[in-house]
Formats: sequence, C-alpha cells, structure tokens
Amino acid sequence: MKRRDFMQMSGMGLGALMFPSVPLIGNPVSAEHLMEPWLDAAAKKQLSETALNAAKSKGATYTDVRIGRYLQQYVFTREKQVQNIVNAESYGIGIRVIVNGTWGFSATSDVTPDGIAKCAATAAAIAKANSKFQKEPVVLAEQKGVGDKTWKTPTVKNAFEIPVKEKIDLLMNVNGAAMDNGAGFVTSNLFFVNEQKYFASSDGSFIDQDIHRIWPTFTVTVIDKAAGKFKTRDAISSPMGMGFEYLDGVTSEKIPGPNGLVGYRNSYDMVEDAIAAAKQAKEKITAKSVMAGKYDLVLDPNHLGLTIHESVGHPTELDRVLGYEANYAGTSFATLDKWESKNFNYGSKLVNIVADKTQPHSLGAVGYDDEGVPCKEWDIIKDGVLVNYQATRDQVSILGEKESHGCCYADNWNSVQFQRMPNISLKPGTEKRSVLDMIKGVEKGIYIIGRGSYSIDQQRYNFQFGGQVFYEIKNGQLAGMLDDVAYQSNTQEFWNSCSQICDKDDYRTFGSFFDGKGQPSQVSAVSHGSATTRFDGVNVINTGRKI
Amino acid sequence: MSVILTESEAKALLQKVLSYSKADECEINLSGELRGNLRYARNEVSTSGSLINQNLQVQSAFGKKVGVATIDEFSEESLEKVVRRAEELARLAPENPEYVGVLEPQKYVTTKGFFESTSNASPETRATAVLKSLELTRTQKLTAAGFLENQSGYSAMMNSKGLFAYYPSTSVNFSLTVRTEDGTGSGYVAKGYSDISKLDTAAATKIAIQKSLGSVGAKALEPGKYTVILEPTAAAVLLENIFFRMDARSADEGRSFLSKQGGKTKMGEKIMDERVNFYSDPTNPDLPSSPWSGDGQPQEKRYWIEKGSVKNMHYSRYWAQKNNVKPVPFPGNMIMDGGTATLDEMIKSTKQGILVTKLWYIRTVDPQTLLLTGLTRDGTFYIENGKIKHPIKNFRFNESPVIMLNNLETLGKPERVVSTESDQNYLIPPMKIREFTFSSLSDAV
Repeated sequence: MKRRDFMQMSGMGLGALMFPSVPLIGNPVSAEHLMEPWLDAAAKKQLSETALNAAKSKGATYTDVRIGRYLQQYVFTREKQVQNIVNAESYGIGIRVIVNGTWGFSATSDVTPDGIAKCAATAAAIAKANSKFQKEPVVLAEQKGVGDKTWKTPTVKNAFEIPVKEKIDLLMNVNGAAMDNGAGFVTSNLFFVNEQKYFASSDGSFIDQDIHRIWPTFTVTVIDKAAGKFKTRDAISSPMGMGFEYLDGVTSEKIPGPNGLVGYRNSYDMVEDAIAAAKQAKEKITAKSVMAGKYDLVLDPNHLGLTIHESVGHPTELDRVLGYEANYAGTSFATLDKWESKNFNYGSKLVNIVADKTQPHSLGAVGYDDEGVPCKEWDIIKDGVLVNYQATRDQVSILGEKESHGCCYADNWNSVQFQRMPNISLKPGTEKRSVLDMIKGVEKGIYIIGRGSYSIDQQRYNFQFGGQVFYEIKNGQLAGMLDDVAYQSNTQEFWNSCSQICDKDDYRTFGSFFDGKGQPSQVSAVSHGSATTRFDGVNVINTGRKI
Repeated sequence: MSVILTESEAKALLQKVLSYSKADECEINLSGELRGNLRYARNEVSTSGSLINQNLQVQSAFGKKVGVATIDEFSEESLEKVVRRAEELARLAPENPEYVGVLEPQKYVTTKGFFESTSNASPETRATAVLKSLELTRTQKLTAAGFLENQSGYSAMMNSKGLFAYYPSTSVNFSLTVRTEDGTGSGYVAKGYSDISKLDTAAATKIAIQKSLGSVGAKALEPGKYTVILEPTAAAVLLENIFFRMDARSADEGRSFLSKQGGKTKMGEKIMDERVNFYSDPTNPDLPSSPWSGDGQPQEKRYWIEKGSVKNMHYSRYWAQKNNVKPVPFPGNMIMDGGTATLDEMIKSTKQGILVTKLWYIRTVDPQTLLLTGLTRDGTFYIENGKIKHPIKNFRFNESPVIMLNNLETLGKPERVVSTESDQNYLIPPMKIREFTFSSLSDAV
C-alpha cells in the first residue's frame, strides 16, 4: 500500500480496508464513455511520427512512442450491497529516447503536435542530463521495423459492452448463494481492463493493439461467534486474457476433481464456486489442525501458479539477476554462472518450464511487447536445468542472444517500460495421469487448493506458502480437511522434489492481476499454467496460535 | 494557475464549484501534488521522472442516492460539467443505506506539514543528493541501488453545510541498498522527512555501508526462539499490521484479531505489555499529518492502545451512528511511545540475542491471530555477552505482533522510520523482545 492509498483510506470504511492496494490508473468516467471510440490508427500514426521527428531533431539515435488509452471498470460489492463501481480512463503519450547512449523518458496527456514535440524534447534533455552519470552506453538488440500491424485479444464478449446491471446481478447472485450456504459475510468483485496501445519506433514499427483482461473474485467469511473464530475462502477463479465469456461457466471447461471438487479451465462458474466456498469455509472452522512434519504435497494448478510465480518467475528476471532491483524486490540466486555452467539442476528431470507471451486466454498474451518485439515462447528450465532468463532489447546481448525475448512492459502511457515477467508455465506430464491417480500413490500427504499467504526472500531461496483449502491424504485416499497449514522450502530443493505431474487434461492457468515491481511501483498481469503436481517430503508447519 | 493552490485559491475554486450544485447535499474534495524521483542501481542512474497530479471530486446526494464524479483539469466548463455528472449519477444510483450525510463545519488543530525546502527541490537537488551517496559507494568499491522521491501537495474540501478544510504537506523518502561486489554483504537504510533539509544522504549512506561490510561472512544459527532487538525499520513493518486493523466494524462482525468469544470485542481489554502506547497526533513536529480526515472529521491526539489496552477503534460515521457511539476517523499518522534506552545499551544488556535491522516480504498468515511471516534482510547480527559477535544468515520468522508485544523487554527512543512495505512514515522506538520465533534459515544475502 502506498502513501496515497493510506490517505484515501482515512475517510473510508471496511470496504476500503479490504482493498487497500487496488491500483487505479486514470480518472473516473461513465460506463458509456468507456465504449466511445478513441483516435483511429491513422491519427495515432501521424502523432507518433511527430514524436519520432521531434526526438530525432533533438539528437535521439533511437525513439519509441506509446500512445495509450487505458480503461478500467471495477465493481465492488458486499452481501446485498454495491460498495463501489469504478469506471476509469487514462490517455496520453510516453516517449522514450536514447541520446548519448543513455535512456530518457517523458510523458504527457497533451496529445497535440505541440504537446508531443515538447514531450520529446524533455525526454531528450533528461537523457542528456543522465548521460553524465552513465559509464556504458545502452546496446539494443536489433529489431527490424514490422511496418503497420494490429493485434487484439481474441474475446467473444467485450466486458465493457455488458451492462453494469448484469454485472451487479451476477455478484448479487454470488453473494446470495454464499449467504444461503452458511457464509456470515461475502465480498465479491469484478475487474475489467482494456489497454488500447499504439506503439511506434524509429525502427519503422507502427503497432496498434487492443488488449483485454478480466478477473472475477470473492471472499467468503464464516463466523463462529461463540468460539470467537472466523475462516475465509477466496474464489478459485483465475484472472484471464479473455472477455466476459469467461463467466459463462461452460461445463466442458470444468475439471472434475476428487470428493466433488471442481477446477475451472477457460470458463468459470462463479455462483457454483461461491456455494462450494461457503461450505468449505464452514468445514474449516472445525477442521483438524495439522501436525507439523514432512508431507508429500499434491498441489492444484490454482495453488501451484503462485509458487511458480515467486520461485521461478521472479528469480529468472534478468534485471533482478543483474542487480537493477536490488533496493526493492531484490536480486536472484539464479546467477549468470549457474546458467553458464549448463548443469544447474533447478529441479528434477520432470521439470520443464517455458516462458511465453503467446498462450491463448493468458494474461501475458500480446502480439508485440512495449518495445515492438514480436512475442514468442522459449525455454527457461529444460529437463530440470536452468537454460535461459527473461530479457528486453537492452539486456539480451548479455545472454549472447541477438533477438529480444519481448519482455518489455509499462503499466501506463506515463510509466517507463522495463523488464516484466512473461507467462511462466510448467509443462504438463507426458504420461496419462489424473489427480485421483496421483493421490492413490501418496501415503502421507496434503492436497492443497487455492492461493493463500505467500512470502519469499529477496534472492528467492526460502519460501512459505499457505492455501485456501487443505485435505489430508492418508494411504492413497483423501481424508478430512486440515487447517493451519503452510509449507516452507528452498526453491532448488523444492523443484528437485517434484516427482509426478498430471497430464495435459488437467492443465490450467493461474494468474496474478496486480503483480508489483519497480520504484515507483508498476503493476502487470501474468499467467502461470500447470497441471496438478506432486512434491515429495516437503516441510509443513502448523500456523495455529492463540492471542 | 499553479498545481499547488494556496488556501484562498483553493477556497475560491471550491466555492465556485459548490455554486453549481443543485443537489440536496454536495461535498467537494480537491488536491494537487508534484512528485519527482531519481532511481539508481549498479552505481548508475537507471530512471528518473516527475509527475503532476491534480484532482477534484464532487459527491452529490439526493436523499440517500449518491453520485461521485472526478476531473483532473479545472477549466470553467469542466467545473460545471463535473457537478452535473455527479448529480446525474446520483439520480441513477440506488439508495445507499450507509450514507449519513455531510458534516457541519468543524474546528481543526493547526499542524505544520509543508516545508518550502522540500517544495523547492528540483531535479538538480535530487541529483546532488544522490551523487553524494554514489561517491561514497563508488570509492569503496561497493554497489549501490537506491531511490529518492520528494512530494509536495495540498488537499482541501468544502461541503454544502459550509465545512471548509485545507492542508498542505511535503515529504521526501530516501532508501538505499549497498552490496559488496562479491554479493556476500548487504546493508540498507531508509529515511523519511517532511523537510528535505533534514535529509543527509551521505550520513545515511554510511549506515548502509557499515551494515553491508559488517554482514560479510554470516554464519548460520539454528532456527528457534531468540531474544531479538528490532531496529525501528524492522519493527515498523510488523506494527503497522496492528495499526491498519483497528477497525470496529470488523471486530463487531467477529472477523478481526480484536473480536473475541461470544461475539464481543476486545475494546478496553489489556492485550499486550502495559508499557505499550500507540497514538496518533497530527501536531507532532517530527511526524506532522493532516488535521482532518478525508470526510472532514477533525483529527486529534488519540490513543489506540494505552498501557497495553485497546483504547479506541476506527468507527466510520455510519458504523458509529448504527452503534450509537462517537465516530473515530482512521488515523493520519501513528506513534509508539518509547523508553530511554539507546540501541547500544540494549545490546550491552543482552546476554544472547539477535539484532534485526530490517524485515522483508511481510504477509499475514492468520488474520485471527495476526500471525505474520517474513524474513530478516540486509544485516542480521548475533549478540553474545553484550556485544555484536558476528553477522548471521537470514531467518524466516512466524510471529504475531500481538504476542511479540506481550514479550516486551525494553523500549528505546522513538525515531521517524519509513515502512519498507507501505512507504508510510511512523515514529517507532527500537525494542527488545523475548522469544521471537524464527522458523527456518535462508541463504539469501
């Protein structure tokens, strides 16, 4: 939570306290306004050429321009009440230049030829001023201009076209279903994001993109006032690179699990999940407190995604490895010498982790990144060995590569783009295996579903994760629910304990909608795919306390 | 018109906007700020930027039907348009059962949170301050990564019952991580002030350098329960989890660490050591904050925990009305009373213990008990027989700040600190705590 959020909270009630850190970029507008068209591609091209020419005349050897319109619609409810509806729009232009081998950046909401020329001159002046500090000039990987291109998230129903009333009705149904099934309280929310981005560079690229993301979520709370206890269960939805069709709850996209549990692939049934959540939160109140010790863990994709994000995604960001994030997010244990050795066993031989910005329905999927690089897929860990990182145009030469990975992103037109995580996913197993098959082979274990508490050190060695629901596995069968569960491990030890991965039929994505990085902090959205996976002999602690 | 309006300029603008209102009730919030930052890593500047924000928010109400609209440019035309839009939205909105109407005019204390020095800071001011830091690390062949950001701004409000409030403020936050070239040592410092002339980046850098060099050659210690001395930077990120959760409504609803068996709350109960006092005070000269909350309620000196007992909880105006009590606004700052011990004295009186200078990646494990997890970072040291013996490897902890403040040994003198989790500034003393629970080791430096 940042200072401004703290100040905003001052006059607000519980609703604000429960969402203290939802980042909002832009100004509130009407829902109808979000549907109004903006500048067409030809107008944006003309404006971007103004910027490219102005920067060149100020000595820029490279320039890129992002003309962006960023739309957000957020709906917040609790029980029978709508707490807030936010419709926000932000538009403007960000210009990044290289002068004297140094980056300079400036942005303005004055998207007129005059405003743009001034902005380009400021970016060049900042680059010149900062070049006094610079010891080594920026080296960009070559990127041939791609000419005029367009890309759009393949959506069926544009979420911004769906009337607000339909969204409220859905959330009221969700809340009602949870309350009818034993919830004491429920908050539910819908987040919709649309980035309309036009990118142009002095390389000769003019790229128009229309990117959509969606995240439906809720928290159900069950209270036992007599015992003075409360338990929560969050939605097991995933944020997606999809339209409103994600909320259709299509049966063919449901993955039946053990004991009537349901996993959701590319379609989510929010009411069904709210009913399950209320029942499970109620069960948690009386669930057995876990006995600390070593367990074999069977991790659902909706849980494992966050473990992948923290223990593989962040440590393989090349800017962290190099020290650019040392003052805040930290550095990385996955140092260049480990990669150079070509034999650093990040995980067991079963572990194959790929990076991509192309997977359909994923949060990372775009046509081109924020420096005009066409998106692709590449290996990060192959057969357990660390083979690559995530890099941008000015970093990839360090890896001896000539082509950027396409990992550059800015969360708004007024933020400078930098290296951000692509989708990082664990490949499913090649042998046929269902979750039930996997559980059958476990003598003493815990089956964990959903995203819980998470914490990892600044070099990504030691981590601790909780979850939403935990089931004991005894002699190949699910026993009752457990509570007070968290597991602690070391990244390399953990991934080397990976002993089985379910097949592609169980593969789903998990997502992080507001992943923070940088100073000042920027958000990004990223997906992590996996099938249910088994890890042997992991240290489980009991988190129950009395105050 | 400049971005930072004076009190009379703000008043005139608000009066003009209010004159357009045709609603039963209208409340307008106005703010403007300038921010500038400089970020560096690997001993070089990486990014720098500046940002202008200004915002005017109109809330119109017809009965309990409320609409809100916002603008960020203040042309004559847009000022009237924003009022009309708020009114349109209010007419379309369903009744909000929690709307309690706008406040009558209030009296506020005077606080000084605005300093010309900070307001006048330019890109050159930031560059000079950072260069002083960089010169030190470059000469000693250490690697620096840091961030300097200064802000100046104001907020103001007016409503249809005649309430008017205005508060200007400034701030600067500086943070720095210094690492040894071989990556075996790391030290950190963070400083926050309202007045930038108090910021000495060279002195701060020396602290980070000392911790960086001092943390080389860390030895592993068995996890377990230890006496710890928490420097204020480490304590802040634990304590703010209490500050943020002093909400009466969630306690009444049974879903807070302040709820208890039988549906009651812990209001008035002793929940920690009787030397623990947390209070908010907008007039504190070392940590000034706004004399009014976002909805116009006066902020005054208020104890939240007094002598270890729960003295106050945050009551929104709606929840207060429903429960027939006085509303209590969410605090604008937070201060913990200290003792007289210096950090050196606390170390000297420790037979066996651990000095923790910073904690990292704090997350709530259990909201019922406020059990938190996280790790030590950037300089952790073993104390034996009153002396720092050697640096130790980082630990993961699992501890509740409520339990921790029951195990209090000694308090030092409070100082202004920046939370490494929220950027929020507090006045917090160093503290010695018994039986702090470290649960595993980390190889991270």
